[in-house]
Amino acid sequence: MNAPLRRLAVVVTAMFTALMLAGTWVQFVDAGRLRDDPRNTRTLYEELGRQRGAITTADGTVIAQSDPVDDQYRFQRVYPDGPLYAAVTGTYSVTSGPTGLEAAEDEYLSGSSDRLFFRKVSDLVTGQEPGGAVVETTIRDAVQQAAQEGLDGQRGAVVALDPTTGDVLAMYSSPDWDPNLLASHTRSEAAAAAAELEGAEGDPLVSKATSQRYPPGSTFKLVTAAAALESGDYTPESLIDSPAVLDLPQTTAGLRNDDGQACGSNGQTTLADALRVSCNTAFANLGMALGQDELGAQAEAFGFGEALDVPVRVARSQFPTGLDQAALARSAIGQGDVTATPMQMAMVAAGIANGGVVMQPNLVSTVRGRDLQVLEAPRPTEVGRAVSRQTAAALTAMMEGVVESGTGRAAQIDGVAVAGKTGTAQNGQSAPHAWFTAFAPADAPRVAVAVFVENGGRAGDEASGGRVAAPIAKSVMQAALAATEGSAG
Amino acid sequence: MSGSAAAPPAHVEVPRPPRSRRWLELGLSAVAVGVAMMAYGLVGVATDGSWPAGILGYGAGLGALVLVLHVAARWRAPWADPLLVPVATLLNGLGLALIHRLDVARDGSFAERQLVWSAIGILAATAIVVVLRDHRVLRRYTFTAMVVGLVLLVLPLVPFLGVNINGAQIWIRVGPVGFQPGELAKIVLTVFFAGYLVTARDTLSLVGPKVLGLQLPRPRDLGPLVVAWLASLGVLVLERDLGTSLLFFGLFVAMLYVATQRVSWIAIGLSLFVGGAVLAWSMFSHVQARVTAWLDPFDAEVYAQSPGGSFQLVQGLFGFANGGLLGTGIGQGRPQTVPYAESDFILATLGEEMGLTGLLAVLLLYLVLVERGLRTGTAVRDGFGKLLAGGLAFAIALQCFVVAGGVLRVIPLTGLTMPFLAYGGSSLVANWMIVALLLRISDAARRPSPETPAEASPVLPSEQDASATQVVRL
Repeated sequence: MNAPLRRLAVVVTAMFTALMLAGTWVQFVDAGRLRDDPRNTRTLYEELGRQRGAITTADGTVIAQSDPVDDQYRFQRVYPDGPLYAAVTGTYSVTSGPTGLEAAEDEYLSGSSDRLFFRKVSDLVTGQEPGGAVVETTIRDAVQQAAQEGLDGQRGAVVALDPTTGDVLAMYSSPDWDPNLLASHTRSEAAAAAAELEGAEGDPLVSKATSQRYPPGSTFKLVTAAAALESGDYTPESLIDSPAVLDLPQTTAGLRNDDGQACGSNGQTTLADALRVSCNTAFANLGMALGQDELGAQAEAFGFGEALDVPVRVARSQFPTGLDQAALARSAIGQGDVTATPMQMAMVAAGIANGGVVMQPNLVSTVRGRDLQVLEAPRPTEVGRAVSRQTAAALTAMMEGVVESGTGRAAQIDGVAVAGKTGTAQNGQSAPHAWFTAFAPADAPRVAVAVFVENGGRAGDEASGGRVAAPIAKSVMQAALAATEGSAG
Repeated sequence: MSGSAAAPPAHVEVPRPPRSRRWLELGLSAVAVGVAMMAYGLVGVATDGSWPAGILGYGAGLGALVLVLHVAARWRAPWADPLLVPVATLLNGLGLALIHRLDVARDGSFAERQLVWSAIGILAATAIVVVLRDHRVLRRYTFTAMVVGLVLLVLPLVPFLGVNINGAQIWIRVGPVGFQPGELAKIVLTVFFAGYLVTARDTLSLVGPKVLGLQLPRPRDLGPLVVAWLASLGVLVLERDLGTSLLFFGLFVAMLYVATQRVSWIAIGLSLFVGGAVLAWSMFSHVQARVTAWLDPFDAEVYAQSPGGSFQLVQGLFGFANGGLLGTGIGQGRPQTVPYAESDFILATLGEEMGLTGLLAVLLLYLVLVERGLRTGTAVRDGFGKLLAGGLAFAIALQCFVVAGGVLRVIPLTGLTMPFLAYGGSSLVANWMIVALLLRISDAARRPSPETPAEASPVLPSEQDASATQVVRL
């Protein structure tokens, strides 16, 4: 009976081999999928039970931290200056998961990233409580504060970039909201806060800086002007027809200048002057002359048409296709179906400021393990060259004209050359959106900014980009210049 | 320690004099108790930050019990296999630590009761080693065993005695003590199978018609197999216990094969099994639910269904996944998320906190235990001993496969517990009794033959081969 017993031993070995293979499958091969299953509460408990890494500004201010508490989650996420940085941090909700940077950098913050593997092994050996990595952002305290103070409760958004690196110096959306409310461990409290914020006036949870798109109005004339200069058929001195009212083909409605007057003399104006006074009819003519392909290509070169992860998600700004001449004319002045995020318009200014090269906006400066070892430090990356160095220089000179003697005089800073462009975007029956996008110093830019004030803010129907948005841009740029004094050139 | 005076049998080449290896047993048992103590202590370290006060008492208690069994083996079974007791001790001790860990998480008191059952189990094993001087005595009780086994199987169906727990009618309750007679029936019926088959093997080996190249047995000899099959189906239908049913039938078929060496019995057994399985599947909704939960556990509907859904299985898989390669560390996972984490799903607890590494190690421990049992079967000289050792070892293997396979989604989930590891008094006592019987049989197998090898002389040729080809010398 030994032969069958030995065969039985082989069968038993095969049975156990099958079990070991199944174990390997479940615990190793398929484990990632199982861990990510939303029904797996362990993953959430584990992350909540681990001390999540802090989020700080570039100045070292802690804007999100995990404090030990005596409940099942063990750590409470706390946002010391919550509303100010809400558009950056997002929140860490135990009921609906993370948002903002909390979501985008979750692997590091929670400590689940594979980059932390050796850290975790050493924690295991030394018995040290495991924890997440610290994310240092590129945000500068003073610039962020200037953005909040500038908007002063008006609905809108401010984005400030370092044009040479793409570092996001400020990213603020108003009305702001308090991430602490959503991070409550009491489910009912968190749910009530979420319901209230979701239904709140002005949709605070949706970032106006990155998630919402608006007609950019005349700030888009920078793109049109760039396309004109890049075509080689135009210089800043080229003369363009600029009547008071432009008859649009196939429509009865004409396209008017804001003041109802023709620009320049004899119904013609130079490209530079057209930008300086934001002449609608001149740019509409220019757009129709260039065609939608050139205009669309130029917009894409600045970043339109692509969503971005900075690493917070930035919605895709759009330049429409399939336009007739009338729609093309409206698009050339940033009306019609052109829509852009404030982040995108900051990228346009930053690209011009950086000699024509658009840098990828980036919020994360460094990620450090708890031993302060740098785990990740994103290098500046280019989105691409939007315009030639010559075109960028010409546009800069034209934008300086806007601030010196044009529609953007409110953005003038003593002793600093500022280049900018206003936008007053018609918005159906509602009051127009006020825009301003600019950079400074014009000769060696250290900050590029886009300010967006929804429906003109408190100025309402009286609003214009120059009146409402330009002063905010001015104070944000001043804060940025002060903060980066001597640190860049 | 060695009986070096005994002359080796003339036909066996033995390079060294045989050694009893009792010191090896003692040393490995000490290691097993030590590892179990460490596991127990780590629960305290993980949850309280300090070594628990009870660790020494726990270690001393487990150690003393194992020492009693060890001494009994020295006294009455000095040639017994030295690995059986340490492996069983380690599994039992790890199980205790894991159950204690779940107690801490859920404020339960399973571990204390499991410790009492461990004591009863080890003492029962000791009693068997002391009282049962020769396993062949059991052969005299072949048909008594049959009757006792069937009574044990039927016991849960007796009104007022049987208890229905979670839909399965496999428990009896006498006063405060609950017991699963099926676990004891496993041993008793293995004794019966061995006794019956060693007698009937010649008849059962006779060949009948040849079909498709397969030499079938005579139809009239199919009776016992059909009876076993019907009994298994009866367990399934009346007690709604898929696992026990599978275990008994598989065990019988395996022993039938060992006794007759005829592959045709396996083929017939497998077809009967498949037939029974399809029948059960088509007739019973709870069987269908198990199969659905096995095939499609992540489906939202299957997951949400209660009872009979895949919630437990999926949560168990999440536990395994959470453990990954190295595990969360004892006391640092969340195994209490899984229903019945201390019994049916103890493996998920193990996999989560000790990782794939721990799971594979424990599976290997079982494999060692089973293979030592099968080795005992090949080494012992009498046919009854071969069948009994082989059957008992295979019963452990099959039970492991059915439970672990269910939890790891190799096969549909059934209600059985991991031997030694899982919470459950009946199972623990029964498995220690199996270890005792294997100790007894392996003592007979390894004992050097006396000068006149009367017992060893009627050696079958195949057994000579076995001695010559043994890789591991005991």
